[in-house]
Parts: sequence; structure tokens; C-alpha cells
Amino acid sequence: MNSPNSDFDIIVIGGGPAGLNAAIVAKELGASVLVIDDNPQLGGQLIKQTHKFFGSKAHYCGIRGIDIAKILSGRIHEMGIDFILNATVIGYYDDDSIGVLKNDELFQMKAKRYIFATGASENMLAFENSDLPGVYGAGAIQTMMNVYGVIPGKRALVIGSGNIGLIVPYQLLQAGVEVAGIVEILPRVGGYYVHAAKIKRAGVPIYLKHTIIEAKGKECVEAGIITEVNERFECLEGKERTIECDMILIAVGLSPLCELLYQAGCRIEYIPELGGNVPYYNEDLQTSKPNIFVCGDLTSIEEASTAILEGRIAGAKACESLYGKNKRSEEIVNQAREELKIIRQSPFEERIVSGYKKMKMKYET
Amino acid sequence: MKGYITEHPILKFQRGRVVKFYFEDKELQGYEGLPIAVALHSAGIKVLRYSERYNRPRGFFCAVGKCSSCLMEVDGRPNVMVCMEPLREGMVVRRQRGKGRI
Repeated sequence: MNSPNSDFDIIVIGGGPAGLNAAIVAKELGASVLVIDDNPQLGGQLIKQTHKFFGSKAHYCGIRGIDIAKILSGRIHEMGIDFILNATVIGYYDDDSIGVLKNDELFQMKAKRYIFATGASENMLAFENSDLPGVYGAGAIQTMMNVYGVIPGKRALVIGSGNIGLIVPYQLLQAGVEVAGIVEILPRVGGYYVHAAKIKRAGVPIYLKHTIIEAKGKECVEAGIITEVNERFECLEGKERTIECDMILIAVGLSPLCELLYQAGCRIEYIPELGGNVPYYNEDLQTSKPNIFVCGDLTSIEEASTAILEGRIAGAKACESLYGKNKRSEEIVNQAREELKIIRQSPFEERIVSGYKKMKMKYET
Repeated sequence: MKGYITEHPILKFQRGRVVKFYFEDKELQGYEGLPIAVALHSAGIKVLRYSERYNRPRGFFCAVGKCSSCLMEVDGRPNVMVCMEPLREGMVVRRQRGKGRI
């Protein structure tokens, strides 16, 4: 571990796909870099993704998330980039230093630039008994099952059919767990068709225009009650059905983790298309505080592929703000922007693109 | 050990040493270094604490140290996030009631 007082050009907070790419680029451009992460290993949420990713060849298309995590952390090791694991950044202070908690010890660190890549946390859903043990974040069960190898339960009911809501059931089946069904309030599946097709082939029912209204059970989940909704999302009477299960997995989206940025005094904007409260940032992923850059799910809830590209832009731009532009930094930024543009032409990105337009209006006025 | 995936089409799990620990005075076993919540969940223990106001059972929710749903008393220390805290030999783990006492 690094000496607590060492100063760095750039500190990256969060060691997922965005943060690691930011660190790799910043190191390549000559900065001294430190990555801080609160998990026991680098890779962020990639470490539990057993499916193969889409996107461009240059950015790990066709490779499983767990293997992308290995490639990225391998690069960190090769390049000799410093990192601290099991450490939580708990505060941002007036003198632009941060407080880091590790092994119950708090120490202060300072960098010329910060790149926040803190990611997002899973949203909760309000329904009767939603606090009962057995109601889990879908990502939480992914962690238990794919990172730690625990059999998470016997039978799962999944709420939400975005990509997480479609991938997790498939992974449950891989681990030998039964999936009772996927419940989606909209009249259509939210995630990619490939994932939905896989789950349908496996015989898992998808209840469209349905929502959960109650979890049943004394001390733990024993069943979930779902019901049909109309086009105004009102529950229809007499359409309830009870589905036996010991797990109810909530996959209804994520919220960016911007607490530290609030504390740092960064301007925060409410843009639902991007995930709710998000830091204000410009085209260079720079926040309202010029020494703080952001990337990944923190800026908008998207995919690992976009997180990787944003990380590269943030890393390069943070360096440019320190040393000025050079040929290599411009090359990195242009290439990443070009690839982001292609990804964001997909109809799945429409929402995100409209969110960016809102953000753009904010920094252009 | 029961409660763990043994065969998986994609993943291979490397696990550490098996150690003893105590949950509500009962002796249990778990893998050293993995989060305490992993050992409890694999042993079928889902209720990790009771809520402050209405004494309702609570389990883990996020498993990544964000939500505080899994706070337990570990070796006499309250408010330990067991989804993150690594298991050590001989640990004494208890369900937390309310806010816990220091």
C-alpha cells in the first residue's frame, strides 16, 4: 500500500470499467495515478458478468465481463499503476483533499485532479413487505452467486426486464436455480432482444404489463403477489396471482452514486433520462469544479462499453487540463468520441441521448 | 460445504480455508476471507437484524456495501456491514436489534 501522505497527479475513485480505463489512459499520458476502490478486487461490476459483451472489437466485444475485468486489472499491474483496495473514500474537504477509510483507519490524500467513477447503486421498489429478507437487488444476487459461488436460493421472481433483469435469470439457471418468472410493468421487454430470446427459450415466463404488489412470508420471502396493470399503470382488480418463490429480485434500474460530489460542492442536475441526480458535466466530462472529472454510470446509467469509452475521455481530458493537449491525448479522445457516437446511434440509447441533450443545454447556456 | 455452487458451466471458484465462527451462539463454518454474509447465506440464515422502529426482520439487499440493510454485531461491534466484512476464525456474529450498542 502507498504511504498515506503521498500526493498524486490524479486520483481515480472507483476501479470499475470506467475508472480503470481512466487510470490506464492517464498513466499512459504521463500522470502519476492512484486508483481507490472499496471492493476486495478491481473490475467493479464486471467481476460478476458471465455473459459476453457486445460493442466494438477494440473494446472487448465477444468477451465475458469477468475476463474483461481480468484484462483491465492485468493492464493496471503491468503499467505499475498504484491502487488501494478495500478502501472507501468517505469525504471531500475544503482544501480539495479526500478522506480515505481503510482497515478502520482514516487518512487524508490529495491530488491535482480527481476522476470520479463511483458507479451506481440499485434502486429499490416500494410494495408491501418489500423490506422482507429475500427481497434483494438483482445485482446483489449476482455478486453472491457469481463472485462468491453461493447458491442464492431455490426459486426466484425477477422484477424488471432491463438488461440486468434479463441476464440475472439466465445466470440463475446456469447456477441451477429455478426462475419463476420476470415481471415487467411496460407492454414490452426493456433490455436487448438477444437476452430476452435466451430467457424465453429456457422457458421462463415474462409477465408484461404486470407489477408486484406484495411479498408474502413471515421472516423470509415465501411468495410474491403480482397483478396486471392498465396503460396508466393502475393495478387491475381480480388479476392478482401468487407466485411461490424464496427470492424476489429487484431489477428496476440504478441511481448514480454522487454523494461525494455533493460534498465537494459540484453542481448536481436532475435528469431522469440519465438516471436521476447526476453531476453536471461538460463535453470533456469535467464537472462544475474544474479539478473534478466524471465517467461511467455516475454520469448516466449505461453499459460497460460506454463506461470504458467515457473513462478514456475523462483520463485524457484530466491530463490535458494538467499538461495541455498533445497528439496522443487528442487521438484517444477523438477515437473514444467516435465510438461513443456509434454506440449511441442504437435505438436503446435514445433515452440517454435525449438526456445528454438536456445536459448540453445546461452547459451551453 | 453445503450451500455453495460446485459445478458451473463458466465459473470456477477458488475458496480459502474453512474456519469456525459463531452465529447467535451456534457454531458454524465458512470460508475465511469471504464476506460474513456469504457464510450466513450459504447456511440458510437470511434474517440478519431487526429494524429500529418496528422490529421487522431485515436481510442483505445490495451485497456491495452501499445500502446498510445487513448491519450486524460482530465481536461486540455494532453496525458492521457483513456483506463486506471478511470472515475470520472465531468471529462472534449476532443479529443486531435496533441501532446497536457500543
